[in-house]
Amino acid sequence: MKKMRLLQGNEACAAGAIAAGVRFFGGYPITPSTEIAETMARDLPSVGGHFIQMEDEIGGMGVVLGASLAGKKVLTATSGPGFSLKQELIGYAACAEIPVVIVNVQRVGPSTGQPTSPSQGDVMQARWGTHGDHPMIALSPWTVKETFDAAVMAVNYAERFRTPVILLMDEIIGHLRENVQLPETAELNIYPRRKPVKTRAEGYEPYKPEADMVPNPADFGTGYHIHVTGLVHDYTGFPSGSPVVTEEFIDRLHKKIAIAQDEITHYDAFFMDDAEYAVVSYGGVARTAYEAVRQAREKGLKVGMIRLMTIWPFADKIIRKTADKVKAILVPELNYGQLKYEVERAAMGKCPIKLLAKYNTEIFTPTEILTAITSLKGEF
Amino acid sequence: MMERTYEKYFRQNRLPHIWCPGCGNGIVMKAIVQAVEKEKLSRDNTVIVSGIGCSSRASGYMDFDTLHTAHGRAIPFATGIKLANPELNVIVITGDGDCTAIGGNHFIHGARRNIDLTVVLFNNTIYGMTGGQASPMTPLHKKATTAPYGSVDRPFNACYLAQAAGAAYVARSTAFHVQHLTDMIADGISCEGFSFIEAIVQCPTAYGRKNKLPDPADMMKWMRDSAVMKSAWDKLPEEKKTDKFPIGLFYKHKFVEYTKAYDEVIKAAQGGNK
Repeated sequence: MKKMRLLQGNEACAAGAIAAGVRFFGGYPITPSTEIAETMARDLPSVGGHFIQMEDEIGGMGVVLGASLAGKKVLTATSGPGFSLKQELIGYAACAEIPVVIVNVQRVGPSTGQPTSPSQGDVMQARWGTHGDHPMIALSPWTVKETFDAAVMAVNYAERFRTPVILLMDEIIGHLRENVQLPETAELNIYPRRKPVKTRAEGYEPYKPEADMVPNPADFGTGYHIHVTGLVHDYTGFPSGSPVVTEEFIDRLHKKIAIAQDEITHYDAFFMDDAEYAVVSYGGVARTAYEAVRQAREKGLKVGMIRLMTIWPFADKIIRKTADKVKAILVPELNYGQLKYEVERAAMGKCPIKLLAKYNTEIFTPTEILTAITSLKGEF
Repeated sequence: MMERTYEKYFRQNRLPHIWCPGCGNGIVMKAIVQAVEKEKLSRDNTVIVSGIGCSSRASGYMDFDTLHTAHGRAIPFATGIKLANPELNVIVITGDGDCTAIGGNHFIHGARRNIDLTVVLFNNTIYGMTGGQASPMTPLHKKATTAPYGSVDRPFNACYLAQAAGAAYVARSTAFHVQHLTDMIADGISCEGFSFIEAIVQCPTAYGRKNKLPDPADMMKWMRDSAVMKSAWDKLPEEKKTDKFPIGLFYKHKFVEYTKAYDEVIKAAQGGNK
């Protein structure tokens, strides 16, 4: 029988990444993500991997991109202020199609904010905190076990789509401790590093997309002599100023994710069969929301819940379907209101969307959410 | 007989280069491949990493695995490549603005770690690609578009900075002293650890025209007349050092190299040397 372990969210994140094949971590310590770096520093060398503490967050991002290009699966971890600093190179990774996972254990902001307090204030930063426009994949786990799974999934998506993937955690999950039973590595589906399918003699072009719209640039040191740049480039990998190449390139970056959207948009639906009202929630807040919905059911209220694991790309379809069915949706968030607008957009006016915002360093109590659910019935 | 052409080191289909007529960057780029040849590095096992700026366009012309990173970030990317695969030879091409302004923090910490990179700084004392703004290495009182009355910002001495930060090998040469420059780079490549070679290059277009040296030949004559070999420089009386600068090997020391040091960490973690 597999061993139960009392594990923290941040530790589960590190364990999941290593299980998914991550062998290189670079970063800069920042609360409340630090235990990820500390766990990597301790555990990576024993599997032959490398940990490096860089001089700043930008260096932390640069070093993992270099290591990824040299063939390693890579991870970096930070919190909101560090995430802002990394954004130039997140854009670089998207443009040069370098697999990388960036963990953001959110804290209250803006600026240095409230370092040890929970928040969900970086939902929009995860999507749009970049220059130019490119798509983003962001996953937000709600349990310690799922943090392990989400780390595995994030590494797999980074490798499969050759793109930066954000693991958008919050302090509630990062510092939560739960008893978990982790799977053996052999039980996991691990997406391998993509390799060139043609030789140079056969006319290999490093940035020519395959059928899934993703290219296979060779790892450095494998004899292909490829050129990697953050400039817009053609299939050869070299910069191009052509409007046609530029348009096709940016279009492809978006479409390679869009065509797989249904597959990578994960969510749970609870009590939704006969629900007249719904709560849409994610991350640590979803735990409280679930308890509130359960209590509402005990009181005989017909309330259901959608728990989003994939934040980006956004779960338009399920939200639209939910909005078609219920009288109103409640979105509790530990911020001034961010995902609420996405829910509103996806609902397309089919039902009213009500925000329950909290941004005072404290987490929701089930009673607060239950009260908001109860008032939905009065309002809509 | 030594082969005199170096065509195999360049991507013929990416040439001609985009550098201005009279620019010194091509001379340094060739010195790098001559040094690669001298040190018998395999092209398959050598990665060229550059930042952003005129000099950093060199990576695209060179037939290796090449990486054109973001502005100032060449050293962190190169550090990741080297640490992830220590078998690779990693050469960094950077400019004075790239290395000492936006990349200043990465530069000193790369040197501090003593990871085995060879960093060649193309020092044209100006931001060339953006059209002639002052860099942290623009000499005092020299003109730039952002220093129209002459620069009042004291410049860095990048060689002293590299040495103070912990580099294992520090040297300087110029685009005029081609063979010497090649030797300095080759020695830097052969040195295990962080090697830093400052290559002074002429920028007649963005720097020279503003500072009464619009002719590239005049700029090279200035290098010829102002550069003093380090051994002679050390004996030169202070009053004769005005308007001159030293070239040659500044510093060489054997420190433990970073990837080797990390190998020991891996061994310890795997129970090797408890």
